[in-house]
Amino acid sequence: MNAATTSIRRVAVGGLGAILMAMLALCASVPAGAATTSGLGTPPTQGMTPPSKVGPGEGSLNLIAWEGYAEPQWVKPFEKATGCQVNAKYAGSSSEMVSLMANGGGHQYDMVSASGDADLRLIYGGDVKPVNVKLVPGWKNFHPFLKSPPFNTINGRHYGVSYEFGPNVLLYSTKTLSKAPTSWSVLYNKNYQGKVTVPDNPIQIADAALYLSKTNPSLGITDPYELTQTQFNAAVNLMMQQKPLIKKYWDLASQEISLFQNGSVVVGAAWPYQTNTLQAAKVKVADTIPKQGATGWADTWMLATNAPHPNCAYRWMQWVTTPKVQAQQAISFGETPANSQVCALMNKLQAGGCAAYHANAPDAYFKTIKFWKTPLQQCGNGQSNCVPFQDWVNAWTQITG
Amino acid sequence: MGIRTSAALWRRPWLRATLTLSPPLAWFLLIYLASLVVMLITAFFTVNPLTNQIEHTWTLSNFSQIFTSTYITIIVRTLVMAILVTITDAVIAFPFAFFMARVASPRVRQALFVAVLLPLWASYMARVYAWVVILSDKGMLVWTLNHLGLGSPHVAYSNTAMWIVFSYIWLPFMVIPVYGALERIPESYLQASADLGARGWRTFRRVVLPLALPGVVAGSIFTFSLTLGDFITPLLIGGANSSFIGNTIYNNVGVGGNLPFAAALAMVPIVIMAVYLLIARALGAFKAM
Repeated sequence: MNAATTSIRRVAVGGLGAILMAMLALCASVPAGAATTSGLGTPPTQGMTPPSKVGPGEGSLNLIAWEGYAEPQWVKPFEKATGCQVNAKYAGSSSEMVSLMANGGGHQYDMVSASGDADLRLIYGGDVKPVNVKLVPGWKNFHPFLKSPPFNTINGRHYGVSYEFGPNVLLYSTKTLSKAPTSWSVLYNKNYQGKVTVPDNPIQIADAALYLSKTNPSLGITDPYELTQTQFNAAVNLMMQQKPLIKKYWDLASQEISLFQNGSVVVGAAWPYQTNTLQAAKVKVADTIPKQGATGWADTWMLATNAPHPNCAYRWMQWVTTPKVQAQQAISFGETPANSQVCALMNKLQAGGCAAYHANAPDAYFKTIKFWKTPLQQCGNGQSNCVPFQDWVNAWTQITG
Repeated sequence: MGIRTSAALWRRPWLRATLTLSPPLAWFLLIYLASLVVMLITAFFTVNPLTNQIEHTWTLSNFSQIFTSTYITIIVRTLVMAILVTITDAVIAFPFAFFMARVASPRVRQALFVAVLLPLWASYMARVYAWVVILSDKGMLVWTLNHLGLGSPHVAYSNTAMWIVFSYIWLPFMVIPVYGALERIPESYLQASADLGARGWRTFRRVVLPLALPGVVAGSIFTFSLTLGDFITPLLIGGANSSFIGNTIYNNVGVGGNLPFAAALAMVPIVIMAVYLLIARALGAFKAM
């Protein structure tokens, strides 16, 4: 018995030692600082020449997508038409998309439906490569501001094609507020203490920055995603002051819906999807874009640097930018298509669908939306004194923690 | 050949033990301990803020960041909640388990057992959502209080709501070990205590309570550790001041992509649990399990 226990211990210690040695060896073999932080310079894949024509399909296509972005109603016809079998992996967050693409995903996946807050991380990480938009007929009909937006186009190179977008609107209860608020100030107003809800997402700091850019011009904020330390601190401060008013930082759209449904909150930052769902349930709410404008998200189908099925990927870009798929996607998810020629199709899918998601809005409306992009150390003006995204995450923990 | 092998094994008990135990031990080491060690090592790295790639340069900055007021607040909140829930569950579970073990008839005892264990059959999410419905501003609780003229407090989306939900969800994990400890107290001890002149209360205080304490401590290991590691309840029913260690870890991995800091923060509950288990062992909890 005694001998047995001793030997068990010996085996255990030996095994643990071997594992530790193996892991130390593994760590040592990875070159320190494999990815460089200093200086953004040009995107690593900028020099890669995109194809001038689309060759025969490779028979399959691997996508990283938001849930709801690879629905059978447009994937099945695509597979039938092109012979490209679609395999979709759903990601839960922008960072998950970046990690999946970075950790060798580029050899496995062809495309990713990244949002603006992840795009620059993918581009400067060398995970995606330039796309020839001439091969994508739908691109010509995009809203002008989505043809070469700064979040997916660098130095005239397109790293993907825009897909769908939406604003972050101000949602309010029409029982409490008889007319539409004209300013985001209601979210910072002590009259609504404990009756406010905003998304639980670090990028929400940009909403405070956008508000400050109009209400406190002395800070000199021109872009809510490019903030110097002083500007950033002011935005974080504003959110700290807002905190006592917050009922809940919502994580799921369904939480905000139920908060409004049972009257726990009366104002909040939301997506048009929540407004439409609540109005369909006969809850007395409405949404508006206040005079300071709004932040918004815009998704891009981006092409992986080492995409194993590039021809199927181009066929996918052609397919999903057609008015029909654009309309189907917009109605099924609750967002606005990049293609401007979809109004009639959207109305056919859902009465009033075009107006509900602002697909026919004038350019002036879209100009009020500041689309999400990754906050980087490098500001747009060539200086590199802006607050990077990692600090946004830390500040967000401070605000909500 | 076969005989020689078995003879060799018979002569060398250490070889026999090694061969028998190697597969499960290797599994345990590789899957469980190795992943913990990898996590510990990751905690000393940093992440490239732009590309989300882990950079293999050794640093202690993740650990020093934990000791800033933001994270201390979150850690203390989690810890205090775990302690509160444990005490609440102990207070509720003790009389219940006592009734089950020493008072109820076998048939009633069986029914109570089913009542305690039945909620565990339902999904965790379903049970938390049930409480969201009960506690919300137009829910049953507020409605009842309102009609009793006791005002209409806002309970949902607060730390009070979390405390109620946690106490409810982990209650069975306290009842069962306490019941086990109480059931094992021999009837003769109580009779002896009575024969020596102790009344009910004194017997309870001097005989029952000390003998049942290891059961309470064993149950507290469950309620404490389950609360300490949770992040779903704060997400669903917590308010603006309800982040737990688990939520912060989740945010750093899922939203921030900062695995090294998440790993460093994950060390905190491990350390807390290690200390807790040492105290529990000193109180004899492992004998009651």
